[in-house]
Amino acid sequence: MKKKVLKELLLQGNEAVVEGALRAGCLFFAGYPITPATEISEQLSVRLPRVDGTFIQMEDEIASLGAVIGASLAGVKSMTATSGPGFSLMQENLGFAIIAEVPCVIVNAMRGGPSTGLPTSPSQSDVMQARWGTHGDHPIITLCPSTVRECFDLTIKAFNYSEKYRIPVILLIDEVVAHMREKIAISDEEDPGIFNRVKPTVPPEWYIPYEDTPQGVPPMANFGEGYRYHVTGLTHDVRGFPTSRPDEIDPFIRRLFRKISQNFSDLQIGESFMTDDADVAIIAYGCVARSAKRAVADCRERGIKAGMLKLNTIWPFMRSQVEKVLRQAKVVIVPEMNMGQISREVKRVNKGEAKVFTINRVDGSIITPQEIINRIKEVF
Amino acid sequence: MSFRYDIRLSGSGGQGIILMGIILAEAIGIYDGKFVAQTQSYGPEARGGSSKAEVVVSDTEIDYPKAMQLDLLVAMTQKSCDDYYMDLKPDGILIVDSTFVRQIPVPRAYQIPFTRIARENLKREMVANIVGLGAIARLTPAVSPKAIETAVLARVPKGTEKLNRDALQAGMKAAQKLKGLTFPEAPSELEDEDT
Repeated sequence: MKKKVLKELLLQGNEAVVEGALRAGCLFFAGYPITPATEISEQLSVRLPRVDGTFIQMEDEIASLGAVIGASLAGVKSMTATSGPGFSLMQENLGFAIIAEVPCVIVNAMRGGPSTGLPTSPSQSDVMQARWGTHGDHPIITLCPSTVRECFDLTIKAFNYSEKYRIPVILLIDEVVAHMREKIAISDEEDPGIFNRVKPTVPPEWYIPYEDTPQGVPPMANFGEGYRYHVTGLTHDVRGFPTSRPDEIDPFIRRLFRKISQNFSDLQIGESFMTDDADVAIIAYGCVARSAKRAVADCRERGIKAGMLKLNTIWPFMRSQVEKVLRQAKVVIVPEMNMGQISREVKRVNKGEAKVFTINRVDGSIITPQEIINRIKEVF
Repeated sequence: MSFRYDIRLSGSGGQGIILMGIILAEAIGIYDGKFVAQTQSYGPEARGGSSKAEVVVSDTEIDYPKAMQLDLLVAMTQKSCDDYYMDLKPDGILIVDSTFVRQIPVPRAYQIPFTRIARENLKREMVANIVGLGAIARLTPAVSPKAIETAVLARVPKGTEKLNRDALQAGMKAAQKLKGLTFPEAPSELEDEDT
């Protein structure tokens, strides 16, 4: 019997992103190196040419995402990677990718900000930028890993979601996870769960590029395969041409939202750890979820019924899972390395069932398990 | 109860602290087959500035990836020794590069001049970190000598295998001499009160 070959590797989070991207079928990367995301560019510059892919170092991050969008329109799975300052520059083209419905993956390895901030220190302060950084009313998908294994798995998920829903997907990693090395086993078998964009089945002359469908996701023709259509950042009709007719604008914007909202259940990735009987629940994501898990284990040893909900999907917000925790626990603690971005969301969906407390650390260091335990003792 | 062994390697940027952490983690994780999480912190400078790498070892999946209470501290500068010795567990092991660390803040410490050995015996100061890895393999239960040798040879550039193997051996030899070393007993609290 042929055994599945498992390669055991000691990889950084960033290196696992590279492995995940290649496994998902990514063949194009355009970017501009920046700490703490540089290793992604560095490794893909070596790996992509070996699989007949393309790596381009662009002049800046605006052009990087522009190139990624162009490559994706031509039918190639594409990505870029950056950190806060570069992510700011990408916001304009991010909006373009959303309105033109171009699948792509953007990795933001978060460092301290604002501006150039703390290049080599971790932070989780771009959570809201990922949601609302680009202007205009829009949905977005954002995923956040907290282990090296999750960096691999969620990068594949990010490509799958972007192809399935024709939307840019943001992978938010913090510096701790991006640079941390852990052992992961990768099999050399092809992943059966890889999703490729749905192509039109009609002849070119019948193709309506932005047609509404029950899923809300129109089939996507690759440029150069005979299907001619117009791609624009202006609000457009079903044929892709600019429109100012209210009866065309409204269904278009609503469809952009509907393709995400009607698939919420497909998009929610998280982990519940001992939450079933928890009096105190911690809601955490990224590297801080690891501190939280440790704090939960320590609390349980001392007889405190603690639990944790880890959010791997940041946007759309995992409302139903969070509500479940709010109903169960008396006290909910949201530790994060910012002044309170996800805690606002938790407070927004809290209907008075639980008391919500925050831990906010903004000094470029990870929140420790002890800090969480101290906070629990303080408020519970 | 699962075991957890927390290691911190510390020094100054340019001493190869982070590479030391990577090789150590690879030896423990891939070749000794345990769970590891390796993290680091460093400044924006290429050289100078403080640098530290941490390796957490366990027999189960690791939650908090940074070192907490240290089972092993390796200090390659006086500053890093002063900054971090307080994090050692009471029975934690301190290993210092005595080329740079002159003042030992605790009664128990292994003092080995990694950098001087690298400079004088091996004629290449840059392998001081590999000398240090040899000492770790000999003085602590963290990693087996066989695993560390395999990991070093797998990571170093082609053509430098002999130099690095020699560096590892030099570290192990220097450590072997200290292995039987008994430390003076720390004065107990009670005696302190008497004086």
